[in-house]
Amino acid sequence: MARMKFLCDADRCIECNACVTACKNEHEVPWGINRRRVVTINDGKPGERSISMACMHCTDAPCAAVCPVNCFYTTADGVVLHSKDLCIGCGYCFYACPFGAPQYPKVGNFGSRGKMDKCTFCAGGPEADGSKEEYEKYGANRLAEGKLPLCAEMCSTKSLLAGDGEVIAQIYKERVMKRGYGSGAWGWKTAYRETIES
Amino acid sequence: MASIGRFIRLAIGVCALLLFVAAAPVPSAAQQVDPAASAVKEQQLLQELNRIQGRVSIPDQRSGVLEQPQGREWREFHNVTLRWVGGIAILGMLALLVIFYLRRGMVRLQSGRSGRTIVRFTAFERFVHWMTATCFIVLAITGLNITFGRPLLLPLIGPEAFSEWSQWAKYAHNYLSFPFTIGVVLIFLMWIAGNIPNKVDIGWLKRGGGIVGHDHPPAYRFNAGQKAIYWIVVIGGGLVAATGYQLMFPFYLSGIEGMQLAQIVHSIVAVLFVAVMLAHIYIGTIGMEGAFEAMGTGTVDVNWAKEHHSLWLEEQSARTGANDAGRKAAVTAAE
Repeated sequence: MARMKFLCDADRCIECNACVTACKNEHEVPWGINRRRVVTINDGKPGERSISMACMHCTDAPCAAVCPVNCFYTTADGVVLHSKDLCIGCGYCFYACPFGAPQYPKVGNFGSRGKMDKCTFCAGGPEADGSKEEYEKYGANRLAEGKLPLCAEMCSTKSLLAGDGEVIAQIYKERVMKRGYGSGAWGWKTAYRETIES
Repeated sequence: MASIGRFIRLAIGVCALLLFVAAAPVPSAAQQVDPAASAVKEQQLLQELNRIQGRVSIPDQRSGVLEQPQGREWREFHNVTLRWVGGIAILGMLALLVIFYLRRGMVRLQSGRSGRTIVRFTAFERFVHWMTATCFIVLAITGLNITFGRPLLLPLIGPEAFSEWSQWAKYAHNYLSFPFTIGVVLIFLMWIAGNIPNKVDIGWLKRGGGIVGHDHPPAYRFNAGQKAIYWIVVIGGGLVAATGYQLMFPFYLSGIEGMQLAQIVHSIVAVLFVAVMLAHIYIGTIGMEGAFEAMGTGTVDVNWAKEHHSLWLEEQSARTGANDAGRKAAVTAAE
């Protein structure tokens, strides 16, 4: 089985935010929730870089480790998913997440947290693949249809890569070799405890 | 006229060609320049600031924090440190109390019951006490569930039942925080007068009070032990309330590091609070004869007051008249 990963080539990202929009549309993500966002560092200064970030589907995921109700699970593809039936909206995964991935709809009084929502790597949730329940809770299950996450699939500069970690690392390495520079695989050290040497 | 036009066009063409030729070497020079040379580097940013923040164009500005690996330390605290501290504090206190009870037993009234009683806590005081106490017990159980439920209760009742219970536990924990906080504030206000530490407390502590020591050092309305409980409730309760609301209203007061810190303070204070309250419950029930009725019916036996709060009894007697005190109290007593 492949180990699915995201890789954002910051030297290619043009901050068009199409990945953000595609994600929201594909999964009908509720208002106020963004499973993916593009962060621009050193905006307007020399060396500015933009990085598209969502759940990185960490190895030994911190969210899963701290969840008081153990609602997370890792699929055979290395995708970190969670059950909204079990989630109690306590916010602990958000304290532990290095990437700010978990989002909570404000459903209760005083803006208290509802059930957590995050990027599923377009792999749905525990319900039957492609079922109506799964779509309503987690959005589309593209992986089950043999497709990769939409954010990366439609990235206009092919900055955002999603897929088998070894394959996308190889693509990135080749790019860096060819063009002679690369600002690295952002978040990989934190998420996967490894970097891409180039 | 046409020839002038042709000349101008030719001149522009020559100029353009010259410009192109002049500009041609520039791209080849650019190839030697590394466009990423001045680019921000992830590891460098992480080392400098321990977090990476930028600008986002979506409305949620807080999502501008790209990366903050310190969640790892918080995870270590939550999954390892807190469980050890909480486990040792609570189980240690329980063990201590069991050993103490087996060795000391219930501290009896030495002079027996006089049959006459005196009012110790008014109905309002008891209401505030029990409101806070009830909330505290629910808050403690539901709070401990968040930390210890997954390893202890989840395997027993299964994920669905555990999630259902935890969901209600979360609601109870959030909503009962309000009466609990009101209770702590009222306790602070209504008993502050009797809880300022004074010289009598030193003597009381030196003699081990009424529970550890074997005699009855004098005390006013609240002895040093009770004063300690009072201040633990006021300060500990204040801390758990303040940090708890910070967690309940995410981002109103602080960013994510603030919330991690709040959770650390909240949980550590809370488990120590639970341990202290176990001791408080012990002394108030099976640890000491005649103590529970102070908060139960609101009146205590005069002999109990004489043994445990001699100076307070003197005060009360002086206020109502020496002979009167016992008789007046007796009216409400011994049914």
